[in-house]
Amino acid sequence: MKKQWLIVGLISMLIANWLSIPTATAPKKKKAVKQQSMILATTTSLQDSGLLDFLIPKFAKKNKINVKTIAVGSGEALKMGERGDADALLVHSPDKEKEFMNNGYGTKRVTFMHNYFAIVGPKNDPAGVSSLSTAVDSFKAIASSKTNFISRGDQSGTHLKELKIWDKAKITPQGSSWYIESGQGMGATLMLANQKYAYTLSDRSTFYVYKKKVKDLAILTNQSDDLVNRYSVITVSTKTKMKIKKAPAKKFMVWINSKKVKKMIATFGLTKFGKPIFYVD
Amino acid sequence: MDLLVNGLRQSFSLIAHDAEIWQILLTTLKVTGTATIIALFLGMPIGVVLGLTNFRGRKILLSFVNTGMGLPPVVVGLFVSLMFWRSGVFGFLDIMYTPLAIIIAELIIAFPVVVGLTFAAIQNLEPRLGEQILSLGANRLQYLFTILKEARIATLAAIIAGFGAIISEVGAAAMVGGNIRWQTRLLTTAILLETQAGQFDKAIALSFLLLTLALFINFAFTRYQQKGAKGWTRLYR
Repeated sequence: MKKQWLIVGLISMLIANWLSIPTATAPKKKKAVKQQSMILATTTSLQDSGLLDFLIPKFAKKNKINVKTIAVGSGEALKMGERGDADALLVHSPDKEKEFMNNGYGTKRVTFMHNYFAIVGPKNDPAGVSSLSTAVDSFKAIASSKTNFISRGDQSGTHLKELKIWDKAKITPQGSSWYIESGQGMGATLMLANQKYAYTLSDRSTFYVYKKKVKDLAILTNQSDDLVNRYSVITVSTKTKMKIKKAPAKKFMVWINSKKVKKMIATFGLTKFGKPIFYVD
Repeated sequence: MDLLVNGLRQSFSLIAHDAEIWQILLTTLKVTGTATIIALFLGMPIGVVLGLTNFRGRKILLSFVNTGMGLPPVVVGLFVSLMFWRSGVFGFLDIMYTPLAIIIAELIIAFPVVVGLTFAAIQNLEPRLGEQILSLGANRLQYLFTILKEARIATLAAIIAGFGAIISEVGAAAMVGGNIRWQTRLLTTAILLETQAGQFDKAIALSFLLLTLALFINFAFTRYQQKGAKGWTRLYR
């Protein structure tokens, strides 16, 4: 008898709790009374750096907009924009972004901050990357020395930058035994590179976070222009005839380009890493 | 080894101090609990019918159910996303990236598991049991409950398996829920996030929490399952 009452109690608690699940699940009719919401598609590297967890709540609170931050690869984020499944994008893949804008999928694009990629590799640097001055030369050296190189292989912003450098060096690494495509995020790729004493292209903030776990790797390049990593914010257009939340997206674009927010971005990372991770434009 | 010990220690301090962890825990319970309950109420009666009756095409239907038991959650996540994206059939409902979307995906994952194991449990019963129950004057509902109780050990296994399938689910939940902080973050998706971000100690702490939660719930299920059970023989002589 007691057991049955316990079950009844549990079930009624669950039902009561379920009924109080936040209004995010409420049917559409009630939305008019609720706060606005928007979908922001962004990249995993931004998410992992912690910048979004820091910034987005400030915007959400001030404007009373529920921002749903979906972190996928840059390629995926742009695809979401093309489908109309996102209202604003925060991505770092300039070539693909320009294509996106040219095809009419975005109303406005602003490149608002940047940082630098780095070629990281084994501390003993068998390909001699640290003595070279350009990324293209470094990649050429890695290819000719046939040292292991780990690629993201996932259409992320980092991956696309890497492919661009190979392209400039006029090398096709795919198919070579030393070229390994991990298909994973930056952290996992760094761990793989560490394990295999391999080179890889990484953003600096992820490397700093993983530094203690990838003890056999080191940054081998300086912050040069050919390794720049530019972030842009894009508001999605109504080309796809989807219900794009234009107003909140526009507010977001204005907010993130404001002086106050730019200052917050510029100082982000100082406490955690002792140096800024992002430079504002 | 340090990581494990630190993780265990951290799990206690997280519970004590971190409000976000409580929210994640509660969301996990709500979402998984709701999906499990609906899967039970829908799946068990269907499982009983499948187990008791015979009809044309039964074997084919059962093959589908059995395949559904092994359905890859990422595939479910993909299909649910395709339906609920703005560009999808049900996009106008605006459910994407909400707990409800996760409940739907988890329901699709758990439902075949419950049906499959239930029909296997019921089909195994002594055929004359059904006649006996009817002869004692049972109506349809009482018949259903009594049949399920008679096969209690196996039917509870169906519930435990269904619950197990979705409490551990991460791919579909991340895809359709979006792993949004304070809204659709579950224990499993939080572990995924912390692992990707390199915060291994927090990931391990969350793992301990998840395992402990699952253990408590399964303890309750198992107690009911094993009520009055005696072994057939001793393990040793």
